[in-house]
Amino acid sequence: MGAASSTTEGTTESPTALKRIPRDLAVALNPEELAAHDRQWTPLKIAIWSAISLLGGLSWVMLAVVRGETVNAIWFVFAAICTYLIGYRFYSKFIEKHIVRPDDRRATPAEYKADGKDFAATDRRVLFGHHFAAIAGAGPLVGPVLAAQMGYLPGTIWIIVGVVLAGAVQDYLILHFSMRRGGRSLGQMARDELGVIGGTAALIATLVIMVIIVAILALVVTNALAESPWGVFSVGMTIPIALFMGCYLRFFRPGKITEISIIGFVLLIAAIVGGGMVAGTDWGQTYLLLDKVTIAWGIIIYGFIAAILPVWLLLAPRDYLSTFMKIGTIGMLAVAIVIIRPEISVPAVSEFATSGTGPVIAGTLFPFLFVTIACGALSGFHALIASGTTPKLIEKERQTRFIGYGGMLMESLVAIMALVAALSIDRGIYFAMNASPALTGGTVQGAVAFVNSLGLTGVNLTPSMLTEMATNVGEESIVSRTGGAPTLAVGLSHIMQQLVGGTSMMSFWYHFAIMFEALFILTAVDAGTRVARFMLQDSLGNFFPKFKNTSWRPGAWAATAIMVAAWGAVLLMGVTDPLGGINTLFPLFGIANQLLAAIALAVCMAIVAKRGLFKYLWVVALPLGFAAVVTISASFLKIFGATPGIGYFAQNRAFSEALAAGETSFGTAPSVEAMEAVVRNTMVQGVLSIIFVVLAIIVILTAIQATVRAYRNHSSATSEDDAVQSQIYAPAGFIMTAPEKVLQAEWDALPLHKKIKIKGH
Amino acid sequence: MTLLAGVRKGARSVAWYLKGVLGEDAYAKYVAHHAAACGTDAAGVGRAPHPLMTEREFWRDQTDRQDKNPQGRCC
Repeated sequence: MGAASSTTEGTTESPTALKRIPRDLAVALNPEELAAHDRQWTPLKIAIWSAISLLGGLSWVMLAVVRGETVNAIWFVFAAICTYLIGYRFYSKFIEKHIVRPDDRRATPAEYKADGKDFAATDRRVLFGHHFAAIAGAGPLVGPVLAAQMGYLPGTIWIIVGVVLAGAVQDYLILHFSMRRGGRSLGQMARDELGVIGGTAALIATLVIMVIIVAILALVVTNALAESPWGVFSVGMTIPIALFMGCYLRFFRPGKITEISIIGFVLLIAAIVGGGMVAGTDWGQTYLLLDKVTIAWGIIIYGFIAAILPVWLLLAPRDYLSTFMKIGTIGMLAVAIVIIRPEISVPAVSEFATSGTGPVIAGTLFPFLFVTIACGALSGFHALIASGTTPKLIEKERQTRFIGYGGMLMESLVAIMALVAALSIDRGIYFAMNASPALTGGTVQGAVAFVNSLGLTGVNLTPSMLTEMATNVGEESIVSRTGGAPTLAVGLSHIMQQLVGGTSMMSFWYHFAIMFEALFILTAVDAGTRVARFMLQDSLGNFFPKFKNTSWRPGAWAATAIMVAAWGAVLLMGVTDPLGGINTLFPLFGIANQLLAAIALAVCMAIVAKRGLFKYLWVVALPLGFAAVVTISASFLKIFGATPGIGYFAQNRAFSEALAAGETSFGTAPSVEAMEAVVRNTMVQGVLSIIFVVLAIIVILTAIQATVRAYRNHSSATSEDDAVQSQIYAPAGFIMTAPEKVLQAEWDALPLHKKIKIKGH
Repeated sequence: MTLLAGVRKGARSVAWYLKGVLGEDAYAKYVAHHAAACGTDAAGVGRAPHPLMTEREFWRDQTDRQDKNPQGRCC
């Protein structure tokens, strides 16, 4: 592209040759002035930060120490926001100063590789929204809901503390390191930093993890749509709506994205309202009341077709809709929680945190809380986004803190709100919805008997509570609607109806929530299948060169079919699992996601070590160590655990022995076929756990090796791209600081012909 | 500033932000880049090595590039 040559004369490896004032005006603030501004504690600044600290401290006391009958949801929001602000202002600044060391004199890829398309400097506030929309999906909405069985406190602490010390650190570092390398992907960085073995293991792990994540997201949708004609209709209608939007943008009014998104949104609302009418008809009951297996097959077929259709027809318009819905709904939920301030009567720490016998997810608080809540606290998947589109759009180096660290804090806030929504519903209803059909029998009577048999204090479930809630939300039944999405939808409708519409609107809000989660997930399924297909084709291409050509139709279709078959098999396994599905498979999702985080952090650690920053290595080593301990111990429990509820192979052995003894029913499996299914499923799950953990251990070991080697050699080697002189200026954070305002005003006042435009080509 | 002007300014900022996040400004950014990089006027005549794409061509090219280079969405 020859990008560098046209922008600067002085392309050099030594940043000291970079100029702060290359032409008329400074492109970076004076470092001393910047430091002085940070150190300058005016009385107002002191007052603001004291107030934030006091409010945060008070909120934590209300959550963790004061033990009343109930706790108000507003304390969750305050504790989260105050802690985020402190983490952002102090910890991320610390990381910026000592590890990231951004240099605004250096041009970002968006400047020196500018092509007006993939590499294009984007306003920091817009890019923040963009990045947030790309990282936040169904994950932060589902995990916290499932973890609510352990009480409100463990999940809250992990989400808030985890994001400040781990999740946001990972996103920030990966974003910055990828940006310094021209927007290189995580896989490429792993190969550069960890060598062939570590790099290959990281690549295979990413592919397998992608399959598992797509499968389990699809399982969440399947569970939400099963036996729900309303949900099937309204979610099904998103397909023709997206097709219409795609054609509109392609043939009628190209580029009018906001306009068509608003039209699409109105159609979506109409589809939700229409779903209520259709569900009441005989026609709806006959054709749209589908069981889980049928829906799973529907999603598999849909996933294949969607992934081979051109992007403009289905994926792109669905993306616009989902971004639109995401920002709108999350904002709406935040406003509703602040206005309604629901009271939460769930205990701080429930008996399931220590006994490990919870019906939603088996296992004790350590390590299973930390794998159940992945997104929102620490999500490895973000490393793929932070090393994808975003680094190619950043305008100035110092903005990575706001976009990377700040963006992840926002996702964490979404997770907190999902937790609050799930906690605000009656605890008896919560367990009736989230216990597997194997435990409740899928009936109201069964669910009531099961939940009351748990002996939870303050829980007294009656059949009328379940039937009334089902009627309110417009469903046949809410018993054993596992997967988190229906529970969140009930919670959201419970909160929203107090703000708008009352009980009669609950069914609308419920299906609105289901629709918006399904929209994210179906987009993620489509996009995940495409990405996995390209990865597979790339690997297959090493053996059959023809596969490297991604526009070769038969190859593309075959690779897509293989990937869909892989996640489809896991999905069907989850749907038909006699043990419940979500409770056995969701831990795999969390483990997979956290292992990806461990891989990303391992790459970060190797990079930090190679730059010789050993004094601050703990910033990366701390979350890496934690993620490694959590995932490896969770994997070991899943592989070697002797309790059949937790260990896959223990379960496998128990059912095999029962079969060998000629028994015809065992545990929750009522027939020989069901018992055989358990034997098969647990074997697959166990083998997958082994693959994950082995790959992750290889990656972590190679990263430690690279770190030790860097220490011994006193290395200051870098795999960064050469520094290029920047010619543009933009502030770093959301709000401009005083020195930034002064410089920005100078740039604004610069006559037009003197403004330096980004050049490229 | 009158109240009305303030409301109008606020609405314009919201529209600007929404368009930016949805990516509607991509073509405008491309045209500006093309003009800066190739020393042409916005109509695309001049010394351009690549002729300026029309709006329709640009959006087709954009989705076609996404076809060849898929990006994951997060969970």
